[in-house]
Amino acid sequence: MALPSLTLLGQSLLSGIFIGALYGLLGLGLSLSWGMLRQINLAHFALAFLGAYLTYQLAGAGMDPLATLAVIVPCFFALGALMHWLLARFSVSAFNSLLVTFGLTAIIEALIQWIWTADFRRMESAYGEVKFRVGALYVALPELLTLAMALALSLAVWAWLRHTHTGKAMRAIAEDAPIAAAFGVNVRRLSLLLSGLSAAFAGVAGLALALSYTLAPGQIYAWLGVVFAAVMLGGLGNPLGPLVAGIVIGVSEALTMAFTTPAWAPLVSFSLLIVVLLARPGRI
Amino acid sequence: MRGRALAAFAAAGMALSAVPFFGLPAFYESFLYLVFHWIVLAASWNILSGYSGYFSFGHGAFFGAGMYTTATLATKSGVPFLWTLPAAGIAAAAFGIALGAVVFRLPRLRGELFALLTLAVTFVLATIVLNTPVDGGPGLYLSAVPLPAIGPSPSSTFYLLGLALALATLWIAREIQRSRLGTGLFAIHDDEDVAEVLGVPTYRYKLAAFGLSCGLAGIAGGIQAMFISYVTVGETFSIAVPLNVVLMSVLGGSRHWFGPAVGAAVVTALLYAFTAGDYAVAGRAAVGLILILVILFLPEGIFGELIGALKRRRVSVTPAIGTADLPAPSAARPGKSEGQGQPLLEARGLSKAFRGVQALAEVDLEVRRGEILGLVGPNGSGKSTLINLVSGHFRPDSGRILFEGRDLAAMEAHRIARTGLARTYQIPRPFAHLSVLENVALPAMFGRDALPRAEAGHEARRWLAFTGLGAKATSLPGELNLHQRKFLELARALASRPSLLLLDEVFSGLTHAEIDDAIRLIRAIRAQGATIVFVEHVIRAVMELTDRIVVLSYGRVIAEGDPRAVMREPDVAAAYLGKPHA
Repeated sequence: MALPSLTLLGQSLLSGIFIGALYGLLGLGLSLSWGMLRQINLAHFALAFLGAYLTYQLAGAGMDPLATLAVIVPCFFALGALMHWLLARFSVSAFNSLLVTFGLTAIIEALIQWIWTADFRRMESAYGEVKFRVGALYVALPELLTLAMALALSLAVWAWLRHTHTGKAMRAIAEDAPIAAAFGVNVRRLSLLLSGLSAAFAGVAGLALALSYTLAPGQIYAWLGVVFAAVMLGGLGNPLGPLVAGIVIGVSEALTMAFTTPAWAPLVSFSLLIVVLLARPGRI
Repeated sequence: MRGRALAAFAAAGMALSAVPFFGLPAFYESFLYLVFHWIVLAASWNILSGYSGYFSFGHGAFFGAGMYTTATLATKSGVPFLWTLPAAGIAAAAFGIALGAVVFRLPRLRGELFALLTLAVTFVLATIVLNTPVDGGPGLYLSAVPLPAIGPSPSSTFYLLGLALALATLWIAREIQRSRLGTGLFAIHDDEDVAEVLGVPTYRYKLAAFGLSCGLAGIAGGIQAMFISYVTVGETFSIAVPLNVVLMSVLGGSRHWFGPAVGAAVVTALLYAFTAGDYAVAGRAAVGLILILVILFLPEGIFGELIGALKRRRVSVTPAIGTADLPAPSAARPGKSEGQGQPLLEARGLSKAFRGVQALAEVDLEVRRGEILGLVGPNGSGKSTLINLVSGHFRPDSGRILFEGRDLAAMEAHRIARTGLARTYQIPRPFAHLSVLENVALPAMFGRDALPRAEAGHEARRWLAFTGLGAKATSLPGELNLHQRKFLELARALASRPSLLLLDEVFSGLTHAEIDDAIRLIRAIRAQGATIVFVEHVIRAVMELTDRIVVLSYGRVIAEGDPRAVMREPDVAAAYLGKPHA
């Protein structure tokens, strides 16, 4: 086995951090709705891809990719709230929410394939071309944007939960919803708010996907295992967890790729997930 | 019953195996093969996941293990195709058992965590297969492997192989559902801890069900490898297998062996109808929509709802059996009256701490044969912990528990149940999806006498009559009120014919008149020779029933002896009411 050069190693580390940021961004909404509302939203990935395709479409019509958020975020917020209303209306259990959103994923996937076909789609934008040089290493603007969005959202949610009145009420719901309700917390409204936020985060993650990746409907499932690993490793409902764990996973994947072949990379995240489940199930 | 079912299976098998000889177009045979293929996958998945509630999203891994076993053996080692099938089944079963041996030891890995773990295992296996010489990337071609001519044409050969495996799988699933294993799995589904305490060897049962489930999926994979004749990692370990299998079982009804077969037929036909009409995309969306609608509106599945409706109809037609006329149950432990007053259970130096809270500290305790011992003390004094240690719900940190000369401290809970010890729960924990009768029959099947199913049913009816629940035999526990659920707990404990009965606050929450009922019942139980340990806050019941009491406070024994004398001791009064300030 040939040792990679220092430059290559540095570049791998950097790309590991950036892809980890995307894991964190994708995992944030998933972790919040699972940890605080006991809803395991598999459709989160499909929503992120729907967001990515919408960004692609709007950017194709001449909009600035970042400006598309002004359209996507409110729409997705409403979508997430609607989904929560449905799950709450039928009082779907945590496990059944997994099945229902599995079904929803299939529907959204079919919708995407119907509108945009199964062909690969790549968004052309001014951002994609910009690269910065730091010493011997290159940093692409889309990746930097992803990291910035992931950091901003994770920190904002953390601060919200920790320091604001509604944030504290939200944490009370996560501990024990009926007791929180007995102390005057409006469980219904806050749950709708959190589900809306989670879906909106999926929309933001979609933007990040569209900026850096080629899109295809089948790719929805490619992110599932890694992001679940990041969510569990980070601790359910912990807003900083997915980002930190995502970067740990991203860096270990990048190093695996640098030392062996890229095809071995999935082994890292899934093995990490299995180890977490076996060694510390109490954490989840 | 079994003879008739066997005849029905044989008739179905013979009728269906005649189909290829009518010169059906190959196209139909291939379609029917696919139906059989999905029936095998769904029904085998259901053996663990449907019966015991351990939903696996990793069925694709075991199916894939079978596929690659057959592909590898047939192409690289030149093993004849049919001989690779048992190997495929064994490889998949061994893989499943190895995984289960680790996973089933961890009590927290239930529900969604088990689902995600098995899904992750699928992807790990896929990555390993892709990157090692097993596949290496390009996939394996089986087109050169000779196919034995079982039917008149290749497509009819696959049809017959699929038919044989589907019938075998359904037969196995049916036999399991009606066996001790099935009863245990259904109990695990509702409350695994209680099942274990009532004598179900939960770990072994889950492992056996998982092994069988994986093995059958492996054989199905072996046949499928030959059918598609080109095996790739991307197609084999895709999310489609677990998605379809879960959908089929949930749609058909996962609490009955035949449910998944109904679901498999419906979904395969549906997917096929859409593919044939160039609407594959719409087909997948329809499958997703159906999954959502079924979970929201038909939680028992198509077949499950059908069976439920039939059962309700039958019950309303036939009058309830007059269980009141049944003879009183035989003594709980006949002929055990000798050795009265000798120690039956002895605890020595028993300690247990929970995260630093010392629930029990060096407790010594003796239960004498034939007595009713009252265990009293304020909340948090360690009474329930003591019961949980003796019944094996928890392991003690140190100390010994001798029961008829055997140490229970290191014994698994289901073995403790078989030594002749039974308990009730303070908050009743019946198996929610089993009828009242099945709830009581279960400990009779798994207790010391390990009665066969039919006898256990008779025994259960007797104890239901004894506790006044005879008319409720076919009800579900959810239909009972608190008083009846408490008595159901009692009946369930009695049905295992224990020599020592541990009662955890049977009287709490009952009305005055109900307490009188319960006191009469416990006197009747005692009259049959059972020894009873009795945790209670209702002092009236303690005074009326007990021969001796032991008082616990902060995990230590502070007094024991004659009830009236002990209750007057100043330490005991202080423990209950607090010390007066000097």
